[in-house]
Amino acid sequence: MDLSPPDATTDATAAQALLICEHCDTVHRRCPLAKGEVAECARCGAVLERCRGLGANTLLALILTALLVFAQATLWPIVTLGLNGQHVDATLWDVIHTMWTDHSQVVAVLAALTLFVFPLCKIFMLGWLLLYARSGRRAPGFRLLMVTLHRLGPWTMSEVFVLGALVSIVKAHLYFDVQPDPGIYAYAALMLLITIFAGVDLTRLWDETREESP
Amino acid sequence: MSAWPRAAELGLIGCHVCGQVCSMTGADDGALACPRCGSTLHRRKPAAYARCWALLLAAFLMYIPANILPIMRTASLGDIDDNTILSGVVELWVKGSPGLAVIVFCASIVVPMLKFLALGTLLISSRRGSNWARRQRTQLYRLVELIGYWSMLDVFVVALLTALVRFGYFSLVEPLPGVVFFGLTVVLTMFASMCFDPRLIWDGKEDSDD
Repeated sequence: MDLSPPDATTDATAAQALLICEHCDTVHRRCPLAKGEVAECARCGAVLERCRGLGANTLLALILTALLVFAQATLWPIVTLGLNGQHVDATLWDVIHTMWTDHSQVVAVLAALTLFVFPLCKIFMLGWLLLYARSGRRAPGFRLLMVTLHRLGPWTMSEVFVLGALVSIVKAHLYFDVQPDPGIYAYAALMLLITIFAGVDLTRLWDETREESP
Repeated sequence: MSAWPRAAELGLIGCHVCGQVCSMTGADDGALACPRCGSTLHRRKPAAYARCWALLLAAFLMYIPANILPIMRTASLGDIDDNTILSGVVELWVKGSPGLAVIVFCASIVVPMLKFLALGTLLISSRRGSNWARRQRTQLYRLVELIGYWSMLDVFVVALLTALVRFGYFSLVEPLPGVVFFGLTVVLTMFASMCFDPRLIWDGKEDSDD
C-alpha cells in the first residue's frame, strides 16, 4: 500500500502524523494500517511501517518458546560423528572453545557474540519489554532497551549457523557416520521463530505504549 | 518544489532509531537529540563517505588473504590437505551435493564481491550527485544490508568441523589463518554498509522524471 505524500504546508505540531523514509528522506502522511498491512515509501519502496498481525500476548508466548528452544540449542549436542567405533559430538560451546584453543580467537569471539550473547540479550530484552507492553505500559529502562535492540540489528546469526551446520553435515558425511542430535532440531525450531520475529515491526512499541505518570 | 517533499526541505529530521519526526530549529548537525529515544539526530550520517570508503578498503585488504590463504586443514592418517574457500566449494560440488556447493559459493564468493561492487558503485554515484536509477540503487543498498551477514557461513562451517572432527591420528580438522581474515572481511563490510547513508543517493541533482 502506498501512502499519499503530504503537501508542503505541514507544521511541526503534526509531527506525530508524519513518517519519514529512512532511505530517501521523503516525508509521508501517516495512514492507519489494518492487520498485516505494510506501508511503503512512494519514492524508493522502503518499508515505512508494518502492522503485525500478532498481539503482545502472542509475541510474549513466542519469546518464551524462543528462550526454551535457544537454551536447548545451546546446551544440547548438535551432531555426532563416528569413525571406527569412536564417537565425537559437539555443542555450541565446544565449537567456541575449540576455536579459542586452536589459535582462532577472533572467530571464537565472533561466534560467542553472534550465536550466544547477542541472541540471548535480544530474547531477554524483548521478553521484558513485551511483559509490560501487554497492558500498554513501558517497562523500566524502555528507552535504553529499545535503542540497544535497534543497535543489535544484524549481529545475531543463529540462522546462518543452522545453514553452516547443514553444510558441515554434508561435508562430514563423506568420511564419517553422521548422526543428528537434539540440538539440530532445537535450531530448526529456533529458525522458524526467527522468521516470525523478522516480520515484526518493533518501532511500533513506541506508539503502542505510554509512559506511566509518576 | 517536487511532488514528494523531503524532510530536509521541510526542516524536519526522522530519528533513525525510533522513527520519531523532529523539527530542526536551526541547531548544528550533531547537537540535536531525539526527544523520544535520546539518540543523536543527523540530517545525514556523519562522514558517511570517508568512513564507508575506509571500512570497505580495509575489508578488501582482508579479503585478499582470506581467499589466498587456506581456511582449513584436514589431516587423516598423516595425509595433510589444506583447503581454501574455493577448493572447499569445488570439493562439495564434486563429491557431495552440487546444490549446497552453489549456496556456499554464493555466500562466500558472490556476496562479498557483490558488497564491494555495490557499495563502491553507490559511493561513487552518490558523490557525483547522479540521478541515475535512484530507486534501484536504494534497492541495491537494501539487498546488501539484507544478505551481508550470510557470508559468515564458511566461518561457522570451519568452526563446527574443527569441533567435530577430533579423532586424533585418524582424522583431524584445524582452522588456518584464512578463516580469521574471512571473518574480519565480513564484519568490516557489515560496518561499511552501516556507515553508508542511503539518503545520499537522493541528494544532488533534481529528479527529471518525477
